[in-house]
Amino acid sequence: MQYETVIGLEVHAQLLTGTKMFCGCSTRFGSGPNTQTCPICIGMPGVLPVMNKKAVEYVIRTGIAVDCRISSYSRFARKNYFYPDLPKGYQISQYELPLCEGGFVEIPDSGSTKKIGLTRIHLEEDAGKNIHGGANLSFVDLNRTGVPLMEIVSEPDIRTPKQAMEFMKKIRTILRYINVCDGNMEQGSLRCDANVSVRPVGQREFGTKTEMKNMNSFKFVEKALDYEIKRQIKMLADGGKIVQETRLWNAERGITESMRSKEEAHDYRYFPEPDLAPVEVEASWIEKIKADINELQDVKKARFISQFGLPEHDAELLTSERSVAEWFEQAVSLGGNPKNVSNWMMGDLMRLLNEENIPIQNCPLKPAHLVDLLKLIEDGTINRNQAKSVFVEIYKRGKVIQAAKGKMNLPALKIEVYSEVKVIDIVKEKGLAQISDESEIEAAINDILEKNPGEVERFKAGEAKLMGFFVGQAMKATKGKANPKIVNELLRKKLG
Amino acid sequence: MALHKLTISEASAAIEKGEISPVELANALFDRIDAVEKKIGAYVTITMEHAIGQAKEAGNRVRNGEKGKLLGIPMAIKDNMCTEGIKTTCSSNILGNFIPPYESTVTQELKERGYVLTGKTNLDEFAMGSSTENSAFGYTKNPWDTARVPGGSSGGSAAAVAADECIAAIGSDTGGSIRQPASFCGVVGMKPTYGRVSRYGLVAFASSLDQIGPITKTVEDSAILMNIISGNDPYDSTSAPAAIPDFTSVLGKEIKGLKIGIPKEYFIEGIDAEVGEHVKNAVKQLESLGAVPVDISLPHTGYAVATYYILATSEASSNLARYDGVKYGFRAEGKDLLDTYMKTRAKGFGDEVKRRIILGTYALSSGYYDAYYKKAQQVRTLIKQDFEKAFETVDVIVTPTAPTPAFRAGEKTADPLQMYLSDILTISVNLAGMPAISIPCGFTSGSLPVGLQIVGKHFDEEAVFKTAYAYEQSTDWHKRKPKL
Repeated sequence: MQYETVIGLEVHAQLLTGTKMFCGCSTRFGSGPNTQTCPICIGMPGVLPVMNKKAVEYVIRTGIAVDCRISSYSRFARKNYFYPDLPKGYQISQYELPLCEGGFVEIPDSGSTKKIGLTRIHLEEDAGKNIHGGANLSFVDLNRTGVPLMEIVSEPDIRTPKQAMEFMKKIRTILRYINVCDGNMEQGSLRCDANVSVRPVGQREFGTKTEMKNMNSFKFVEKALDYEIKRQIKMLADGGKIVQETRLWNAERGITESMRSKEEAHDYRYFPEPDLAPVEVEASWIEKIKADINELQDVKKARFISQFGLPEHDAELLTSERSVAEWFEQAVSLGGNPKNVSNWMMGDLMRLLNEENIPIQNCPLKPAHLVDLLKLIEDGTINRNQAKSVFVEIYKRGKVIQAAKGKMNLPALKIEVYSEVKVIDIVKEKGLAQISDESEIEAAINDILEKNPGEVERFKAGEAKLMGFFVGQAMKATKGKANPKIVNELLRKKLG
Repeated sequence: MALHKLTISEASAAIEKGEISPVELANALFDRIDAVEKKIGAYVTITMEHAIGQAKEAGNRVRNGEKGKLLGIPMAIKDNMCTEGIKTTCSSNILGNFIPPYESTVTQELKERGYVLTGKTNLDEFAMGSSTENSAFGYTKNPWDTARVPGGSSGGSAAAVAADECIAAIGSDTGGSIRQPASFCGVVGMKPTYGRVSRYGLVAFASSLDQIGPITKTVEDSAILMNIISGNDPYDSTSAPAAIPDFTSVLGKEIKGLKIGIPKEYFIEGIDAEVGEHVKNAVKQLESLGAVPVDISLPHTGYAVATYYILATSEASSNLARYDGVKYGFRAEGKDLLDTYMKTRAKGFGDEVKRRIILGTYALSSGYYDAYYKKAQQVRTLIKQDFEKAFETVDVIVTPTAPTPAFRAGEKTADPLQMYLSDILTISVNLAGMPAISIPCGFTSGSLPVGLQIVGKHFDEEAVFKTAYAYEQSTDWHKRKPKL
């Protein structure tokens, strides 16, 4: 029997607010355990939550970016359950009346695009972290408790693990674009759960679903879903039944494992949060957020094609991250030829950055460096190969400067290291500048022609391919610095 | 001069004139506490050392020429309001060792104005009860008859004021917890409009109903304290941004032509005959002062108790989830996490608290939510509308505060329903969020105080104070003192 897969995703995104959702504690990642806590986020007796308006704004911004209906009246609710990382014994979340409803995103799907509908987007607070130590001890770190978390729930429109991964990627790109989430899946600032079921092709009603958790990378999303779908199909094919349950992805073993069954499922006893007034979103506020929103990728990509004449492939890559697009536009605004800038970025620049996993905003080579370099190639001062070695050298020096800036207090460092590295200095230092002085090149050529009379004879007799030999000899004589264009011109004139 | 008998206005005048010092006053109160506390049991914690320090500080401020109604005034705080560095137990074992690292907004306001904290007063555990018998730290007795309860849950605060163990006190009122004990103890108890006073630092029982308010010897003192504790608080998003009038400015104003609503549903069978008589006489007294009684109806009154016990317990079941033995307070070690949770909560909470957690958990459970919680919210709206409609034609509403005078200790502990009914006349006001006061309006033949409840429109505490003051000043009830 042929089966069809039905997947719905719940994406959790930590919002990039500086402070927590209901108190003034910092949201910074990686601080010492329980150093970013206060009586409010620890859930001490008698404390009350006060809404971080920025968090609400970020959810609305997201809602606008994915075409949701923004609710004019929205309410918070308590989700009740006991767990040590949940200090109040309830999570403040949304149940009825979320901030955003409806909407969709478009994902690439076998050469075309597919629309994935969204059910809702709501705002809630994150829980802390339980850390299980040795000797039968567990610890609780409440730094993450109360960090604003946005939940984006998709419709069950996803049909393959690949689509699920594309959906996650798209959501990540959008969230990063509008600057509401850093999208870091390893640190857990972007996470996802999936509801998965299979059904015989043609059947209308959904099969029994399982809920998948702990898929903390794009790769794992695809792998875990792939495994789970095969497991379900095999189960049905063997005459078995799917049990409604929550399953965890075990990345080490590459399998999904049962976490809790439906019978063990929590009754969260949702009810409206009496400590918070309902949120009333005025149309003027939505308009303001709309006006502030950054250009989304699809729009930017179209603009890159039309404004800069870039091929679609280039535009796609350059707009995949807002910071990459910004780097590109900066270089172009400094006078770089768009296609040339694009070629260098997608080639040497990305290779260097990817090798060391450096985000482009920290790239030691700046757009101005690339533009200077391109100019030197254009005016013939250096050739492409030389440019590449200059490029790498600037990158390396830039890194030294960055490191030095980070340790400014070290007196041993030479002062030159602090000044910005300049393209022209490197070119001079390496002695790379091409020889464009005709008389110098002419002297070298004359010398070559004199020493190789036989080859001159054969060339004149029609052996045209010997031109390469002469050029090679000229380059050799000038240690590769001769401007090849001038070499060619002079050779043609002389052998003419 | 028996300094412990002074009111806030009398004591602050004496301090301002230099007739007494804050330290003298504090010492007088602690002498009084020494003398009578054993009989009353109003306090969970007495903070004498801390208080003398505060009194000295207040004395310095007075000498520096500072004036203030609360400078050097000894006050008691119900033990469900957080006081930084001072144990705050909610009369529960589960918080028996809890010392908050923060101050509630209300006590912060009092602190800044130089009050002197005599101690933290007893209550029904987590403010759940009507007699202060549900306390992990002993019963509080009614100063008028120590065989009787002081009411609850702010029984410790009301008894402390009635027994002159403090000049004034602060209580909290979720279903009558300020007004009913004020009525039982013959003092003045004010529950402000929901949102008038910040709840930050008040250990939550039922968040949508809880309000902090003063318990005092006179209406004037009540108004003085309301001037201080009212106002919008950035730490409480349910506190209202409403303007704060000077509540003392209405005291002494005429009530001629004031329309007082007499709801028929509040004068029914089950109301003690003497209580009914005194309240009717009080209405006549108000009439003689120029007020105009108007018969009104609050038709959904009969559903109030049921509605209240669904909503309050639902919220409580969630509010009390944080007491799990993980972070602070009492912990009973179990063999695993679940066992630790269960043992901690089984041993940490008293019976009434557990009963309400169970009730509330049930009402919110999947499959029951619509029938209980949701329905109760709908009825709450109807009850609120009853009041709003009534207030279209009247300025205040007058009723008995409690159906009976103080009952005997142990009389209702075996029957929770009977206990719940002692709040039948105060609960609707919390559901509707209105302000209301209870003032003494007579004594039974057995010399027990009877309370008169005056209810006002949302944020119209002024009409309540004006009416209460006019009545108080034309009677002598507030001047009587229990013999101890």
